[in-house]
Amino acid sequence: MVRVLKLELKGITKRFGSLVANDHIDVVVEPGQIHCLLGENGAGKSTLMNVLYGLYEPTEGQILIDDKPVTFRGPGDAMAAGIGMVHQHFMLVPVFTVAENVALGAETTKTGGFLNLDDTRRKIKEISDRYGFDVDPDAMVEDLPVGVQQRVEIIKALVRDAKVLILDEPTAVLTPQDTDELLDIMRQLKSHGTSIVFISHKLREVKAVSDTITVIRRGKVVGSADPGASTTELASLMVGRAVNLTLDKAPAKPQETTFQVKDLTVIAPSGQHVVDGISFDIARGEILAVAGVQGNGQTELTEAILGLHERAQGSILLDGEELLGRSVKDVLNAGVGFVPEDRSVDGLIGTFSIAENLILDRYDQAPFAKGISMSPAKVLENAKTRIDEFDVRTPSGSLAAGTLSGGNQQKVVMARELSRPLRLFIASQPTRGVDVGSIEFLHKRIVAERDHGTPVMIVSTELDEVIELADRIAVLYKGKLVGIVPAGTGRDVLGLMMAGLSPQDALADAASRQPAREPGGAAAAGAAADTAAGPAATKESNQAPAAHPVQESSSGAVGDDHE
Amino acid sequence: MSTTATAPVPGGPQGKPEQATERKQTVSAKPVTWKLPVTLMVLAVVAFIFFGLYGPQTTAKFGVSSGGDFFQLPAIELPAFLSGIVLSVILLGLAGYSMVRKTNNRHTPRWLPVVFTVIFVIAFLIWVVGGARTPSISLAGLIAGSVTLAVPIVFGSLSGVLCERAGVVNIAIEGQLLGGAFTAAIVASVTDNPYLGLLAAAVAGALVSMVLAVFSIKYVVNQIIVGVVLNVLVSGLTGFLFSTVMQANKEMFNSPGRLPIIEIPVLSSIPVLGPILFKQSVVGYLMYIAVIVVWIGLFKTKWGLRVRSVGEHPQAADTLGIKVNATRFWNVTLGGAVAGIGGSFFTLVAIDSFTKEISGGRGFIALAAMILGRWNPIGAFFAALLFGFADNLQSIVTIIGTPVPSQFMAMLPYLVTVFAVAGLVGRSRPPAASGIPYVKG
Repeated sequence: MVRVLKLELKGITKRFGSLVANDHIDVVVEPGQIHCLLGENGAGKSTLMNVLYGLYEPTEGQILIDDKPVTFRGPGDAMAAGIGMVHQHFMLVPVFTVAENVALGAETTKTGGFLNLDDTRRKIKEISDRYGFDVDPDAMVEDLPVGVQQRVEIIKALVRDAKVLILDEPTAVLTPQDTDELLDIMRQLKSHGTSIVFISHKLREVKAVSDTITVIRRGKVVGSADPGASTTELASLMVGRAVNLTLDKAPAKPQETTFQVKDLTVIAPSGQHVVDGISFDIARGEILAVAGVQGNGQTELTEAILGLHERAQGSILLDGEELLGRSVKDVLNAGVGFVPEDRSVDGLIGTFSIAENLILDRYDQAPFAKGISMSPAKVLENAKTRIDEFDVRTPSGSLAAGTLSGGNQQKVVMARELSRPLRLFIASQPTRGVDVGSIEFLHKRIVAERDHGTPVMIVSTELDEVIELADRIAVLYKGKLVGIVPAGTGRDVLGLMMAGLSPQDALADAASRQPAREPGGAAAAGAAADTAAGPAATKESNQAPAAHPVQESSSGAVGDDHE
Repeated sequence: MSTTATAPVPGGPQGKPEQATERKQTVSAKPVTWKLPVTLMVLAVVAFIFFGLYGPQTTAKFGVSSGGDFFQLPAIELPAFLSGIVLSVILLGLAGYSMVRKTNNRHTPRWLPVVFTVIFVIAFLIWVVGGARTPSISLAGLIAGSVTLAVPIVFGSLSGVLCERAGVVNIAIEGQLLGGAFTAAIVASVTDNPYLGLLAAAVAGALVSMVLAVFSIKYVVNQIIVGVVLNVLVSGLTGFLFSTVMQANKEMFNSPGRLPIIEIPVLSSIPVLGPILFKQSVVGYLMYIAVIVVWIGLFKTKWGLRVRSVGEHPQAADTLGIKVNATRFWNVTLGGAVAGIGGSFFTLVAIDSFTKEISGGRGFIALAAMILGRWNPIGAFFAALLFGFADNLQSIVTIIGTPVPSQFMAMLPYLVTVFAVAGLVGRSRPPAASGIPYVKG
């Protein structure tokens, strides 16, 4: 079999100015192991891996390969030493073919520097055959689905003879089905002798494949964990305090339907129908969660409701009034609360104070304004109340919002939107990049708003969050509404719907796969690695990858993919 | 353009249930619009009215062979009115076909705009020549002249391709041409050797480019601004040196010897093609070589793959151990040298002395040629030829005397530029990272 190597990071410290991203980190990756680095966003996992891959130079510390110290001046050195990396954001040239991408940087040439892509094609085929990848070397990368692109990245590393493969948040962009396949590929790689460093904050996946787990918090190794440990234990270790991963949520008591979207179509500047004939409605006291892989029209859907899209057709009715065609301000004044998906870009003005950010949508209304003058005292007073109410951790409301941590920034946005009487509440990625403790709090606030009798629409690419919050689940695929299914629909079914299958097909397919998977199927093995296939909430969710207690599903929503 | 999406299919092949099978489905990413069919129809109607209905009742004569040719072909004589009617009806047909396709929600085939343009140009030529005082024109001369006028544009656009493919926008082509022209003149005059002048032009172009490279790559200054500033700088500098140094001693500093026209025996006597391909100066031959070499280099070699990766996705290139900024620096420098050689054409081949602003905006036309040619050396070559053709047609038509005011004809090259770049190109996609500086980390 392939030569294996032992990788050791010894006392790695990386400072950016005064910021210590990595503080004396020690990690040993034994040959042929899947070693997980678990930690929240911003814990310093990616920095550490960039040090290992030669993209950053460590301030202090050593990298040892087979007990010999090495220095990497660039990724080239790391690759030569047998380290390959699959980045969270793929490093593939979209307009190149698979073969060109794989060849790049390690080209085989004929005399005179002419490319010999046939050689690369042969290597791709060899690796594809070995691992059962279905990759066409002459396909243009931009035409490939994300899951296949990821395989191209893995091939890239393997062609360069990687003995240690770093996977940085590899599942962030994948559908649940793709994720299961990836975990399977990781096991295959391991069986062929490749060590894997798996960076993630998703406990379910970490538990499914890891041999060793190292937990990193605020740039330091805080301990290692056994993959058999419960998710609550892992989460507590990751966050540094006890966390409650279950959301206590009473069943919804839907009242009359007050929000209706009919045949909504949004046309992008390119002419593409990014939202394509979508119809749905939401009742008061109900949460509709919109699921889908990033970029399937969710952003445009929420923006169209808010009035941010000029080329939107159809009808959006709130309490019988048409919202479409009205200005954003009109829509807000009609009682729509909106949490945008990217708080730092659309949710806050970083250089404004927290107090100012809390009244961005009501700066010209009483009690904050009178005629052309504003009342700073009232603004500060409001800030004090909201900061207390939402537990925003800050010494003062007059500090710039940009100085807050991600979780606290999100609380400010939520506080602003939830602090006035609402007739509709829309939140996009309400907990993206937010720490576990804050997630708990924000989810409770969203449910409280629902129980208050507001129709609530949540858009999330985190399936776990969707499952956690939803009373009904709408799935978008390529701008079209695949279907609306009740809460409690299994992860498998939702995953298939996120890939474009109709709810009926998805149900049938998920059911038909079930028996085939059990005997030695990889997914089943993954479930076996989990501690307990706890009480299944629904009929569908007793399939292998979905067999997790409700408690676990919330853990997957810990933090997010953006570091 | 279409994207292929895959979705798992229920069932899947036996034996490997965990490996979801993928079904390919093609989704049209770009909807069919009315823009092209309507544009074509408007142009076709214009052609029908002017070239057809109001066409001149004369016979347009196109000479094919010139006196020294190795065999003589008879001149083409066409009845202007009838040809105008026939050609414009064909144009109407093409536009109509495009419209029918649109109503069935299908794209206009790619060949159609090209064929349309060619026929439109022919109809236009017949109309112009037919309406002239002397309705006769030498086709061979027209084409040979077009190539000559296109030479600096071709070099300029190659320079643009080399830079942008590596991710640096080169607005300074004009400055590089001008710098090359000036240096070629002065060095060739002083050394009395036009070949040294040619070499010096390349060096001058490269130096101008290095300033662009240093500021835009090392100091991350906005590439457009540096480029514009460089154009102004070179223009001012050469203008100043021209009036102070060159004018003072014209004999010494501004009388470069011309590069001789090298005629390849026999081959150069082929009608039409001979003079274009086999009766050129060194610079002209270099042009053909450069186009082919740059094309092969970019698309067939390891160097080209790396250059393109740097222009498309520098982070990806960096993670594979490719030195992004060094690649950019040397490509920009090389681009400058190529443009410099193009500049020498003005002073060593076309005219035998330097004058202020001798490049006359051809650097910008070169930029347009690069876009029209879709950042491909061969495409850029033909686009440059189109501009050379428009330029040459303008001067020839003015000489033979036409009903169209000469001021309008003088606008022709620029009109072609605007329409070509804005309209008929459709979706041309620049290198993704073009114009975006790469800062590590």
